[in-house]
This record gives sequence, structure tokens and C-alpha cells, in this order.
Amino acid sequence: MSTHAGEKEIQTSTRLPALMVPHRFYVQKVKRETRDTYTLELQPQNTPGELRFAPGQFNMLYVFGVGEVPISISGDPARPDLLLHTVRAVGAVTKAICRLKPGGVLGVRGPFGAHWPVEEAAGADVIIVAGGIGLAPLRPVVYHILSGRERYGRVALLYGARNPDEIMYRRELSHWTERPEIDTHITVDKAEAGWEGNVGVVTTLIPKAEFDPQATVAIVCGPEIMMRFTVIELKKRGVSEEKIYISMERNMQCGTGSCGHCQIGPYFVCKDGPVFRFDLIQPFFGKREI
Amino acid sequence: MTGFPAKIGSRAVLERRNLQKLFDVLSTQGYRIIGPTVRDGVIAYGELSSVDDLPAGWTDEQEGAFYRLKKGEGNALFHYGTGPDSLKRFLYPPLVRLWKARREDSGFRIVEENDEPPKYAFIGVHPCDLHAVAIQDKVLMTGEYADPFYALRRRKVFVVAVNCVKAGGTCFCVSMKTGPKATAGFDLALTEILEEERHYLVAEIGSEAGASVLREIPHKEASASEQAAAEEAVAEAARRMGRVLDITGIRDLLYENLEHPFWDEAAHRCLTCGNCTMVCPTCFCTTVEDVTDLSGEVAARLRRWDSCFTGEFTYIHGGSVRASARSRYRQWLVHKLAAWLDQFGTLGCVGCGRCITWCPVGIDITAVARALREKKAAGLPAPAGTPEKQGDRHEHACR
Repeated sequence: MSTHAGEKEIQTSTRLPALMVPHRFYVQKVKRETRDTYTLELQPQNTPGELRFAPGQFNMLYVFGVGEVPISISGDPARPDLLLHTVRAVGAVTKAICRLKPGGVLGVRGPFGAHWPVEEAAGADVIIVAGGIGLAPLRPVVYHILSGRERYGRVALLYGARNPDEIMYRRELSHWTERPEIDTHITVDKAEAGWEGNVGVVTTLIPKAEFDPQATVAIVCGPEIMMRFTVIELKKRGVSEEKIYISMERNMQCGTGSCGHCQIGPYFVCKDGPVFRFDLIQPFFGKREI
Repeated sequence: MTGFPAKIGSRAVLERRNLQKLFDVLSTQGYRIIGPTVRDGVIAYGELSSVDDLPAGWTDEQEGAFYRLKKGEGNALFHYGTGPDSLKRFLYPPLVRLWKARREDSGFRIVEENDEPPKYAFIGVHPCDLHAVAIQDKVLMTGEYADPFYALRRRKVFVVAVNCVKAGGTCFCVSMKTGPKATAGFDLALTEILEEERHYLVAEIGSEAGASVLREIPHKEASASEQAAAEEAVAEAARRMGRVLDITGIRDLLYENLEHPFWDEAAHRCLTCGNCTMVCPTCFCTTVEDVTDLSGEVAARLRRWDSCFTGEFTYIHGGSVRASARSRYRQWLVHKLAAWLDQFGTLGCVGCGRCITWCPVGIDITAVARALREKKAAGLPAPAGTPEKQGDRHEHACR
């Protein structure tokens, strides 16, 4: 008689490529950035190893028995021995990650995805625009540029947070603000008593940055609506779409372009992105429910 | 046995009464035999132990949202269209455990598992389903990240295709150039011929493995008239195919009309049940579930077929990207007939018609594509901001 290989018959695992299995990392340090956002410093549990990555790539972080989420890498690409992730506690998995203490163990798969054009930008002016936690995947860009500052023209970092309490990486930001290497401007959507800085959305900072629109690479990361208006402003200043890069966020489960969840038009955000050259993603960007 | 040289490309004739020998040879070689069989009121793929498990004398009637099993002419073994499932169920199982891990003092440890998947022989595979496997090969076995589960199962298969001599009620393989005759991807391809006094199968040899299996079965060289009978039976199926999907420029047609009001109309009946994605032989989307046992000591990651028609599919913090039925239907169709070309160099549709038959409200992919083309031709304005052409390199890539 015939049988039927149905749902009850769980087909078991088989020899898996390294990128399909979480690798154990120790939490070395946890730093609270804001009310709900933490930066974790991780090291491989077994051998002293390293995780080489390019600015803009992400890892899948797994908490035993809870689940897995994609989180961009926010550390220094020149320090592959020290893995940094900045995580906002919003869902079950991110909350579990943020509850980890030094000595805790996390599973890491990655790195995945396309990276920011830090090499292509050499010789040009660079304008980096960050909205909220979108600053996390841009910090590796800043580190990379600062480590070879002479290779770039003018460099500006424009960062918008919802309110002063939401500003992360405070020490580094004030350090960068004081130094000439990077023209740093910060704004908040909503000020509070004691705030003496800029108030308004991040696009209001664009006029403050000096750059040559014909020879500028723009690197933009934040909520989609913020990226949309930033691109509009940058284009008004004369930056062409081929010189603007954005980072997309979608439901990502595999990291390898196989689960299908992250698709936008022909692209798998996890594999072809998350960083996209704007002119390539433009036909699908900002279209409702695409 | 005759002096007929069983080699690739040559055609032999097997008498129906000797077909059991095919099962015997494959069993002896360690294959688990999967083929069409009557189950739950449909003809579906299942494990077969002998030729008697084939649906002798059965056929089907299919229409949009309609499937009926019925008695056919004589004792034909392969005179029916595709059932609800395909080889996908076996090569890319609906549920797999990606890995298992055990809690340890200092965290967790992945438990090694090295089970060998079964070695499958598929009998009675329609040409459209062979093309579906070829598409899944591209999706799951090429590029940077091959799927090890699929690759292990796929590598070992033996395929006995069956050329279609009866067009199904909902299929359109002629449009998609995927049938009704198998042209590649098989070890043996059979065409079943029922005559008044005789019941035989013309077998085309597609591989060395096919040739060596055939040598074990009583056969003789196919005569010119037997070959002609087989050709004519398949040609007749092609002529009777009821549906047409015009794929000329389909990619650009869809990309250029992503925001056309047409989509409201196309999707207004869609229940977002996901049936079309479950029965589709090429749909590959999955979701993962991280689970633990009751003690909390053992955790596992399960991978399950998923559907782009669910709300959770595009969930990111704050909500689903595709909240409406309209956007989910559009995603499915645009993926199948446009994005797939960019991603894998082929369309994602083989014309098997399953999505039409098993859609509970009978939405017909061929009718939807035609309606969009007609609306466009009628000069309804395409909205602004249409994508630029990215070249026509994939335009004719689906073969």
C-alpha cells in the first residue's frame, strides 16, 4: 500500500554549511545606550577566532530556545576579533538578547548581505545620514573612514534621533563633533528642557553639510520614510541616484536568499541588500505594500 | 532479449504486463518508489510497492476550484493530469529539522545529525513537474548558498517520466514550453498506448542509468508505427490543451503595472488561503520555528513551507509590509512571472494548472495575466514611476 510523507514525518538534519548553524559567542560586555537599546560585545566561545565583516553587513543572533533575529554589525571592521551589535529590545528575541549578562552565550550566523560602498567612495566627499537606530550599521563606516581619513574628501555625519534620550553612542558622537575629521551634526525631532542642539527632522541638517554634489557618495540608513525624504533632499542638492545608498529592512529568516520573506521586486534584501544603490531599488522603493 | 542497443535517445517498447519488472529492478537497487496513486479522492504521489498501486482505470476532471476523480477508458495507468502534490514534497520536504541543540552550563551545543535521506525513484512524473524540478535545481542548488537538504535528496533520484496523453482541465504547458512531452531531466520517459488488444509503453532512454534499468526489463526496439502512435498521442494532448498564458514581455508588463488599479479587481476574490503556494511545484518559501522540548534542555530549529499569502510573512516590528490581499496576490504573481526571471533566469511557472484547480474560488493565473494585458492594451494609464528596463536578457530564458 502507498504511504504518504506528510507533516508528521519530520525529516531530520543533515550535514550543514557553517552559515546555517549558529556559532557560540560569549557576551563580554553589555553597554546600555538608551532606555531600551544595548550594545553587546561578543567573542567566539571556543577558539580565539574572528568574524570578518564589511560595514553594513548583518548577523543572525540566536538566543537558545527563544529564536533568531537579524541585527547589523556596529563595530570596527578593522577589529574582527571583537564583534559588536547594538540591539533595541522590541520583540521576544531582542528582549532576550538585551537581558543577557557578561558570560552569557549567544548564537551567531553570518555575516550576511551587501555592504556600504566604502571603497568606491574613496576620493569623493561622503555624507552619512542616520535616523534613530539606523546609526548602528553606519558606525562601521565611520570607523573605516577615520582609519584612512586621507583617502576621502569632506565627510559629514548627520544624525537624527526622536528625542535627546534616544541618542546613542553619545561619547563617540561628542568626540566626533569636537574633531575636524568628520563634520558631525545632530538633531532631535522633539526637544526637551536642557537641549540646546538642533530640533527638526534629519533632512534639516543637509543644508549644514558642505559637499560637492557632483563628487559625493551618500550613505543613508533609517526608517523608510526618513530615507525617502533624505533621498529627495539629496537629489535637490544635486546628488545623483547612482551615488546614493540606502539600507532596507524586511522580515529575514535565513540570510541566504532562500526563505523568500525579504523580497522586494527581484531582490532578496538579505542577500542582494540590505544595502542598495538607490537607482537600482528605486522602481520598488516607496511603492505601497511592495 | 533482442539485440536492441539500449542507449540514450533510443526508444524501446515495454508491454504493460512486464511493467512490474520495472518496480522490481528499482526496489532491488534500493530505491523507494514514489508514484501516482489514488488517495483521499485524488491521484497523488505516494510510496508504491507494486504496479498495482498505480491508479489503473482512473482519471480526473479538473477546472477552476474543481477536482473529481472518475473512471476513465480501459485500464490506463497514466491518463490524468497533475494531482495536488508534486516532487517538491519529497525533494524539499514540508518540514525539516535544520538542527538540534542541547543546553550546556556555558550555553548550548549543536548536536550532530547525519541521517541519510532516502533514495527516491519517481514513476509517472509529468513533463511540467520535471521542469519544476529543473527550476528548483536553479533555486536551491545554484548560487552562493545551496540547500543541503534538497541537494542530498536530489542527487540520488531516478526519474521515470510519463508524457501526457491527456490534457488536464486547467493546465497550459504548451504556453510555458514545458510539455506535454518530456525533453530532459528523466532516466526513462514513457508514453502509454492503449489499443483494443494491446496495452504497451514506448520508453525513451534519457540516461545511462535509464538504459541499464531498461536492460533488466523485457523490451524490444520500438517500431516506426509504435513510435508514431506515441508521438500522435502526445500531439493530441497538446491540441486539446484548453488554456493559454501569453508570456511575451510578461516581466515588463508586470513591473510596469505594479500600481495599476487592475490589482484590486484581480485580487478581490482572493481569500489569502495560500493553497496556490502549497500546490505549486516551484514555490520555495519557508519559515523557521525555534522550538524547545518540555524540559527546556533541547532546542531545535524547524523549517516549514511558508506562503507569501500569510500576514506574518512580511512582519517586521510595527506590522506587515503586505497587509492587504491585493498586495499579497500581486507579490505572488509578480514573483512567478517577473522577479523569478531576474533571480533565477527562468519563469517560476511551469503551467501545471494546480493553482487554478486548488484555488477555492478558482482564480485563474492565465485569465489574470490576460486581463492585465488587455487593460494595458485598452490604454488605461500606467501610473508614474514605472521601473526602467533592466535589459531583456531573461526574456526568453524559460525553456
